[in-house]
Amino acid sequence: MNFAVLQFPASNCDQDAVHVLHHVLGHSARLLWHKEASLGNADAVVIPGGFSYGDYLRTGAVARFSPIMQAVQEFAMNGGPVLGICNGFQILCEAGLLPGALIRNRSLQFRCEHIFLKTVTTDSPFTNQIPADKLLRVPIAHGEGCYFANEATLAKLKANNQILWHYVNAQGETTEQANPNGSLENIAGICNHRRNVAGLMPHPERASEPLSGSSDGRLVFQSLIAWLERNAQAKAA
Amino acid sequence: MKAKIIITPKKAVLDPQGKTVQRALEHMGYQGVAAVHVGKYLEIELTGGDKDAARKQLDEACHRFLSNPVIEDYRLELE
Repeated sequence: MNFAVLQFPASNCDQDAVHVLHHVLGHSARLLWHKEASLGNADAVVIPGGFSYGDYLRTGAVARFSPIMQAVQEFAMNGGPVLGICNGFQILCEAGLLPGALIRNRSLQFRCEHIFLKTVTTDSPFTNQIPADKLLRVPIAHGEGCYFANEATLAKLKANNQILWHYVNAQGETTEQANPNGSLENIAGICNHRRNVAGLMPHPERASEPLSGSSDGRLVFQSLIAWLERNAQAKAA
Repeated sequence: MKAKIIITPKKAVLDPQGKTVQRALEHMGYQGVAAVHVGKYLEIELTGGDKDAARKQLDEACHRFLSNPVIEDYRLELE
């Protein structure tokens, strides 16, 4: 499969994403500079973490207006899968491709640690290969990851099964203490109504090899790859 | 012409900065602080003198870019 990994000024997880997709999982992954206007032959888009445009004004607020994001809007509207990680999640919310917003951590601290994720639904291109009961141990590294949505939006997220991951403790319980940033109802990641656009604050690309202490994050990319391959087979048939 | 834009977090949105500043003020002995909201202030210098046109344009910019309507309110003043 062909992955496009976007690169904005001050993206800093772009190389990690390419490394996992290409070197660990054996797929084509190329970096696309934010000034590009086309996604080329990409089957899927990854918007990586970082501090695009220095987080000026609001996280993701400037990046969402870059030329490549116009192409991402069209790609997503046509059903193409888009995964936003950390700053990528913030950009997707600013772009209106995902509902809600990410605001300052309740503790006001930048949190950099490993957390546990519980997958709420395997019914998405991003979670279909994750065993139902498996907790994912992956790192977070953000100062503005507190997920906020108004009541009506939250109700819709739940009704449409759009919440993909919750922050939980090692026992898989959704507790206040396991919530690293004050996110509404421990929400760590969501998808859009059509289920082809997803965002999460934790970094699966930093936990995809035994060397990095956990390989759990790999399941997110393997889900996406499995979904793409199934789609390609369905098209060919 | 100059535009002054004040952006504040919506009431329903958690404002940990505001809360922290409030606690600090109380700690320092300042009394009667009911709430603190930390926001942003932007000054935009404009060419041209058409106030209505400027307001229309900046209102749109505030909505699309300068503030995030999901979490923030804004107030626009022109002088």
